[in-house]
Amino acid sequence: MNEELALQIKDLKSHFFTSKGVVPAVDGVSIDVPPGKIIGLVGESGCGKSMTAMSVMGLLRHPGRVVDGTILLEGRDITHLSRREQSKIRGNEISMIFQEPMTSLNPVYPVGKQVQEAILLHQNVTKEEAKERVIQIFKEVGIPEPEKRYRSFPHQLSGGLRQRVMIGMAMVCRPKVMIADEPTTALDVTIEAQILRLMKRLRDEQGTSIILITHNMGVVAEVCDYVYVMYAGNVMEQAETFELFERTQHPYTQGLLKSIPKLDRKEERLYTINGVVPNLLHLPKGCNFCNRCDQSVEKCFLEKPELYETGEGHKVRCFRYEGGVKG
Amino acid sequence: MGTDMKREESQNKVLEIADLKAAAFEDTAAQIGEEETWCDQVKKLVRQNKLAAFSAILIVVIILMAVFAPLVSPYDPYAQALKDRLLAPCSAHWLGTDELGRDMFSRIIYGARISLTIGLVPTLISMIIGTVLGLIAGYYGGKIDFAIMRMADVMLAFPSLLLAMVVMYTMGGGLVNIFIALSLVNWAGTARIVRAQTLSLKEAEYVEAARSIGVKSRTILLRHILPNCLPSLIVLFTLNIPSAILSESSLSFLGVGAQPPSASWGLAVVRGKKYLFTEPWLSIAPSIAIMIIVMAFNFLGDGLRDVLDPYLKEQ
Amino acid sequence: MAEEKKGMKKEKGRVLLEAADLVKEFPLTNSRKGKQVVHAVSGVNLTIYEGETLALVGESGCGKSTLGRTLIRLLPATSGRLLFYGMEISSMKEKEFAVYRRQMQLIFQDPYASLNPRMNVKEIIAEPLTTYGMAKDKNDLEQQVKELMKEVGIPAEFINRYPHQFSGGQRQRIGIARAIALRPKLIVCDEPVSALDVSIQSQVLNLLKDLQDEHSLTYLFISHDLSVVKFIADRVCVMFLGMICEIGDTETLYEKPLHPYTRFLLDAIPKADPKLRNEKKELLTGEIPSPVNPPSGCRFHTRCPYAKDICRQEVPRGKEIGERQVFCHFPLEG
Repeated sequence: MNEELALQIKDLKSHFFTSKGVVPAVDGVSIDVPPGKIIGLVGESGCGKSMTAMSVMGLLRHPGRVVDGTILLEGRDITHLSRREQSKIRGNEISMIFQEPMTSLNPVYPVGKQVQEAILLHQNVTKEEAKERVIQIFKEVGIPEPEKRYRSFPHQLSGGLRQRVMIGMAMVCRPKVMIADEPTTALDVTIEAQILRLMKRLRDEQGTSIILITHNMGVVAEVCDYVYVMYAGNVMEQAETFELFERTQHPYTQGLLKSIPKLDRKEERLYTINGVVPNLLHLPKGCNFCNRCDQSVEKCFLEKPELYETGEGHKVRCFRYEGGVKG
Repeated sequence: MGTDMKREESQNKVLEIADLKAAAFEDTAAQIGEEETWCDQVKKLVRQNKLAAFSAILIVVIILMAVFAPLVSPYDPYAQALKDRLLAPCSAHWLGTDELGRDMFSRIIYGARISLTIGLVPTLISMIIGTVLGLIAGYYGGKIDFAIMRMADVMLAFPSLLLAMVVMYTMGGGLVNIFIALSLVNWAGTARIVRAQTLSLKEAEYVEAARSIGVKSRTILLRHILPNCLPSLIVLFTLNIPSAILSESSLSFLGVGAQPPSASWGLAVVRGKKYLFTEPWLSIAPSIAIMIIVMAFNFLGDGLRDVLDPYLKEQ
Repeated sequence: MAEEKKGMKKEKGRVLLEAADLVKEFPLTNSRKGKQVVHAVSGVNLTIYEGETLALVGESGCGKSTLGRTLIRLLPATSGRLLFYGMEISSMKEKEFAVYRRQMQLIFQDPYASLNPRMNVKEIIAEPLTTYGMAKDKNDLEQQVKELMKEVGIPAEFINRYPHQFSGGQRQRIGIARAIALRPKLIVCDEPVSALDVSIQSQVLNLLKDLQDEHSLTYLFISHDLSVVKFIADRVCVMFLGMICEIGDTETLYEKPLHPYTRFLLDAIPKADPKLRNEKKELLTGEIPSPVNPPSGCRFHTRCPYAKDICRQEVPRGKEIGERQVFCHFPLEG
C-alpha cells in the first residue's frame, strides 16, 4: 500500500442502472492524491468527474452505485463502509463543497449555526468552544466581520461570501482531503480569483489535499499541481500541470486547449472539436473519443486504448503513445 | 509503381476511417431522437403504478357499462314490480330489489350514467372557466388579476356544498341545475392553480423569446403558456371528477339534487336508509359503487401526476 | 489582413442604435422603508454601429442584461432616449414599434429554458415567420425552416424532434435559427455560450461569426467571459453597477486598460497557461455593492485601491482618450 497518499482511488467503476441500460458514468478511474497538493479533475459535462467525487464521498444514490474498485483514505479502505461509518468520515476527514452554495446551505438557519453544527457533530467540544472555532475559521477564510456574519442567513450573503462559508464549513474539522466540485463556476471572475487564492492558501498553510473539479482549463492552470483530464467516464490524460500544458499529448486535451479563445492574440476562427459528447449508453466500440478525434486511425475504432506512460507521471490513453513517445 | 500502390492504400485507409467515423457519428445521431411518445408514457404509468393502471381499466369498464346500460342491465331500472319488493340478493336479482321492486343492479348501472355525466360535464365546464380566468389573471396581472382572484377567494371561502345547495334550492332540482351549481362552485380552485403556473411560466425565457419576436399576447397564452399548464390540468381534472361525483351524491342525499325516479346513487343511498337495518344492501350497494368510482379516479389522478409532472420526471 | 478588415468595418459603420441617458429602475415591491428602487442602469450613453460586435462585459448584477433588454425595448426604459437609425423608438406606442421589433432579436443564455418544451423544432423556428406572415404556404414555411436549420448546422431530418432530444449546443443553434429567421439588423446575445461546454462553445462562437459575415448582422454581445469577448468583439463596453466604466476598441482595451476596474477584471481571468501564474498579482477585494443603495460619486470607489476624495463625491464624466472613452477621475496611464 502506498502509505504516503492522502487519497487513492484505484480502478473505480460507478455505474447507473437505468431503465434504458447501464450507464458507465465512471469507468475504471485511478487517481492518486498526495498530501498538500491540489489535484485538478477536468472535463466537460457528463465526463464523470462529479460522479467520481460522489463515489468517493459515498453520496451516490439509486440507481447509481460503485460496482468495482477501491478508495483508500490514508491507506484505509473506505469503499464499502456502512452509512454510519461513512457519515463519521464525511465532513470530518474528507469533505466536499459544491458549485451552488445556496442549495447546500439550509435557508432557515444562520450560517454560523450551521458551521457550528458541523463541529459539534464530529468533535467533542462545548457549544462556546465550537462558536469560537467558527469565528476563527470565518476569519481564516476571509469573511469580513465574522461575529456579525455568524448570525447572517444564507440569503443575506453574496455568492462569494456563501462560498467562503461553505469552504469554512468544509475546513472546520481540518479534513485531510477536500473535494471542490466547480467551486467557482457560479462566481464572478474577481471573486473567483479570491476563492482560488484562498484554496491555495489552505493547501500551503494547512496541508490539505484538494481535488478540484472544474471544466475551466484556466482554473486548472492557475492552481492545480497535477491534472487528470476526463472524457466519457475515462481518464484520457494525466500529468503534472506544467508538463500537461507544455507537452499536451492526447488529441482531446489538445483540442480542448486549442478551442479556448486566447487573450494574447487575435484569432479569426476558433479551433473546434467536431461532434458532441457521446451518450454513455451508446459508447463507441473503440476509443471513446474516436469519432470526434482528428487523428484517429482504424485501430481506434476497434479496440479500447489503455493508459500508456509517456514520461515521468505523464500517462495518455491513446494508441499513438502505445510504445512510449515517438519522435 | 510502389509509391502509387502506397498512395492508393493510404487513400483507401482514409476512406475507411471516414466511413468508420460516419458510422460512429450516426450512432450518436440516432440517440438524439429517443422520443418519448404517448405510448411510452402509458407504458411508464403501467410500470410505475399498477394501481393507477388498474383504476384506468376499471374506469373504462364503468364507462362502457354506462354507455351500453340497456344491453348490460338485466331489467328495466324504472319498471316497478311490487310483488318483488325488497328482495334480498339472489340469482335473479344480484343486488336485490328496492321498495318498489326495481332491480338494484340495473339501477346501479343506470346510476353510473348520471354519476359519470355529473363527474365529467360540470368539471369540464368549471375547469374551462377556471383556466381562462386563471390565464388572464396570471398573465395580465394588475387590476384584472385582483378582481378575478378576490372573486375566487370568496368562492373558496364559502362552503361549496352550502353554495351549491342554495343554488339548487332557488333554481330547483334536476340535472342541468346540478351542472350549473357545481360549475359555479368549482372554478375557483382551477383558476388559482392555473394563475400560479402562468405567473411562473410567463417569466420563462421561451415566453420572453416569443415576446421579443413580437408574438401577440393571446397567441403566447395559447401556444406557450396553456400547453405547459396541460399536465397539471389533466391531473386536476381526474381529481376533480370524484369530488363532483361526491357533491352530486351529497346533494341528492340532501334532497336538492336528483329527483325520483332518477337512478342516482346518492338518491339510492338516502332511499335505502329507511331499510338500513332490515335490508342493508339497498344503501350499501350504491355506497360501494360511489366509493369504487371515486377511488378509481383518485388513484388514476395520482398515477398521472407521477408520470406527467415535469419536475418529477426521472432524468 | 485582420487590421485591414477591421479598419474597413469601422469606416462603413452607420449608427444603428443610440442610447442617450438611458435609465432603468425596478421598484422593490416589498420594501418597508418607503419607495426603494434597484438602480439597474443609471444614465448610459451608448452607440452601436452597423455591422460591429459590441460586447457588454461586467460581473453579475452590473446591469448588462437589463441594459441589453432595455436597448431593444423588451423592458420599458424608466427614462432616456433610444434612436434606431436616427428614429426615436423609445416614445413610440407598441403598435408603431412593431415594425422595429423584428429588426432586433435576442439569443438567450440558457438553451434549456429558452425553447418551449412542448413545441417541436419546426414550430419553434416557424414562429417568427408565421407571426409576420413571411411564408406563402405550408410547404414554403417548411422549406424556410429547413433552410434555417441548415444554416445553423442542424440536420433537416430532425425537424419534427422536440427540444429535450437535443444537446445543449444543438438547442442553442435552434435558438439562433429562431433569432435570425426574421433577418434582423441587431441581435442581442445574452451570454450565449456561458452554459455550454468548452468544445461546444467554440463551435457556437464560430457559427455566430459566420452568420454575422453572411447576413451583415450587428451583435450586442453580453458576457462575463473576457476571453470569449476578446475573440468575438470589435469594441468592448465595461460596466460596473449600472454605469459604464470604459468603452473602446477590443485590442487596445485589452492591451492598455484605462479604468482600474478593467485592469482588475483582466488580471483576474485564470489564464490557461501555468507559466502565467502570478501568485503576487493584486486582486480586487470586497464585493459588489448593492444596486439599491449604490455608492455616491464613482460607483467603483468602494473597491478601488486608487480612490481619492473626489471619487467619493463626484460622478466621473466621460473622458475621450484617443478613440476610447473612460469614466474615471484618474485613468491609468497604460
